[in-house]
Amino acid sequence: MNQKIAVQIDDLTVAYNYKPVLWDIDLTVPEGVLMAIVGPNGAGKSTLIKAILGIIKPIAGSISIYGKPYTKQRKLVAYVPQKGSVDWDFPTTALDVVMMGTYGSLGWIKRPGEKEKKIALESMEKVGMLPYKNRQISQLSGGQQQRVFLARALVQDASIYFMDEPFQGVDATTEIAIINILKELRKAGKTVIVVHHDLQTVPEYFDWVTFLNVKKIATGPVKDIFNDDNLTKTYGINYKVAVNK
Amino acid sequence: MNIQEYFELVWTDYTLRTITLGTAVLGAICGMLGSFAVLRKESLLGDAISHAALPGIAIAFLITGAKDSGTLLLGALVSGLIGTFWIRGITSKTHLKSDTALGIILSVFFGFGMLLLTFIQKQPNANQAGLDKYLFGQAATLVESDVNLMIIVTGISLFVMLLFWKEFKILLFDADYTKTLGFNTKFIDVLITFLIVLAIVLGLQTVGVVLMSAILLAPAAAARQWTNSLGTMVVLAGIIGAFSGVFGTAISASQNNLSTGPVIVLVAGAFVLFSFIFSPKRGILFREIRFRKNRTDLKLMKTLQFMYGVVQDHENISHPHAIRILNNFQGYTRGSLKKLENEGWIAVEGQQWAMTPKGYKRAQEMYNKKAENE
Repeated sequence: MNQKIAVQIDDLTVAYNYKPVLWDIDLTVPEGVLMAIVGPNGAGKSTLIKAILGIIKPIAGSISIYGKPYTKQRKLVAYVPQKGSVDWDFPTTALDVVMMGTYGSLGWIKRPGEKEKKIALESMEKVGMLPYKNRQISQLSGGQQQRVFLARALVQDASIYFMDEPFQGVDATTEIAIINILKELRKAGKTVIVVHHDLQTVPEYFDWVTFLNVKKIATGPVKDIFNDDNLTKTYGINYKVAVNK
Repeated sequence: MNIQEYFELVWTDYTLRTITLGTAVLGAICGMLGSFAVLRKESLLGDAISHAALPGIAIAFLITGAKDSGTLLLGALVSGLIGTFWIRGITSKTHLKSDTALGIILSVFFGFGMLLLTFIQKQPNANQAGLDKYLFGQAATLVESDVNLMIIVTGISLFVMLLFWKEFKILLFDADYTKTLGFNTKFIDVLITFLIVLAIVLGLQTVGVVLMSAILLAPAAAARQWTNSLGTMVVLAGIIGAFSGVFGTAISASQNNLSTGPVIVLVAGAFVLFSFIFSPKRGILFREIRFRKNRTDLKLMKTLQFMYGVVQDHENISHPHAIRILNNFQGYTRGSLKKLENEGWIAVEGQQWAMTPKGYKRAQEMYNKKAENE
């Protein structure tokens, strides 16, 4: 099968104050996979996503999205940041936040209109947040906030979705709702890259996985590489033994 | 002059009208832009900027020898901007946190400004007096040209704010995401910061270096209590700011010429206090009232639930039961029984109670609701 390459990373190195966070990463993500990035705390998982999206400037390396630099391919990419990265007491409504997904295609100065509102409402419907559209965002539960963020990314109708811990602090219902949406995205041929913490659910949710701990440990199909060897290399302990103790 | 005389005079007296208009416009623009500072959690930035503006005023005077506010405020603007970008530089280039950077810039610039002020005061020429009015502000020195400048700057700020409303809003809420959408976040950031610096510099003559941040933050803090929409908050903060300006001027003019700046700040502070207590959604008072009401409601519902359980065993739901079977664990008190009766959920006769069909329905609804939530 000759798959197209969605994301290609070469020799990526990122450092905060001289301490390397990502070291010489080479990574190829084929189109149409649902990929988990796993690794311990401080492994640079979020940093990897942020570097790809240009939020953090790498000291070395190159990143391309469908063969071109990210700055030329923004329209193809959507981002779901960590829920905790924003102030949910900000004075605005759920619909308003979802509408922000249209700002990129609107460009400078132009305001969202009826068309944008319609897109936003459709996307809220998909994540089951339509009944809460006029809710002040601070009144939403953690799971609902996560769905709002997801809806905002869906609005962008991108080809590649980057998500930073979308299952963090959400209940089982929301987790299932979210993973179903992600699976639907993959069915539609989209590439979905997710920073993930729960190793138990990796084989069930994802078909592709990248092990990361400052360096890239391994990347590939879950069924081939999601094994004790890689887990031990990434987490520094024999994961299965530690869990079963 | 009392307050009433003031409001009669304000339409005819040139000086009063100028000062009032000036403080109103200033309050409005500071309130609006202050909302952005508060939402960015950069409240203290205003304080640092206003203090950082002081050396600029002194240097502008030393270079030009001019004392017109236009020249001096231009100096203030330049040094305020330098201070601001140094703060940004310190936080991004060193390990220091923003509070440390703010503290350093605030005190160093202010110290330097004070040094220059005392130096100027020691100069032999007679022209030096009056620069210290920028410390605590002196609204009485406002003239028409000052107010015109304020109106022009406010107009431009408003225009920019409306033009870039969408960009401001998304940057305030989620800067990283804004960047991924392709917006130049640095530009938006600089634009917002520049407008805030401009508003602060504009107020130095009236409110002064020391109190300036209050007029920036207080109206915004008060407005936040009343609304959950950014647009409403900005407009409301503008209105509260303008009112503070007008009332502050009125009080200061009618009470033996109390210093205007501090009075404006106190009026704005009163708005904040009032809002903290009385705002319906976030205020302390209504929160307490809601809390108590919920507690009482909960007790009533508990009793009703118990009664519902008892009634289940009987064919006739309105079959009377002894009050004695109720106890405190079900939230029963004499008062709660009375309330249940007032709601029409039960009928009390002598030492017995009976559930009404209405009460039965209410209790049933609650079960259904509970099932729904689960």
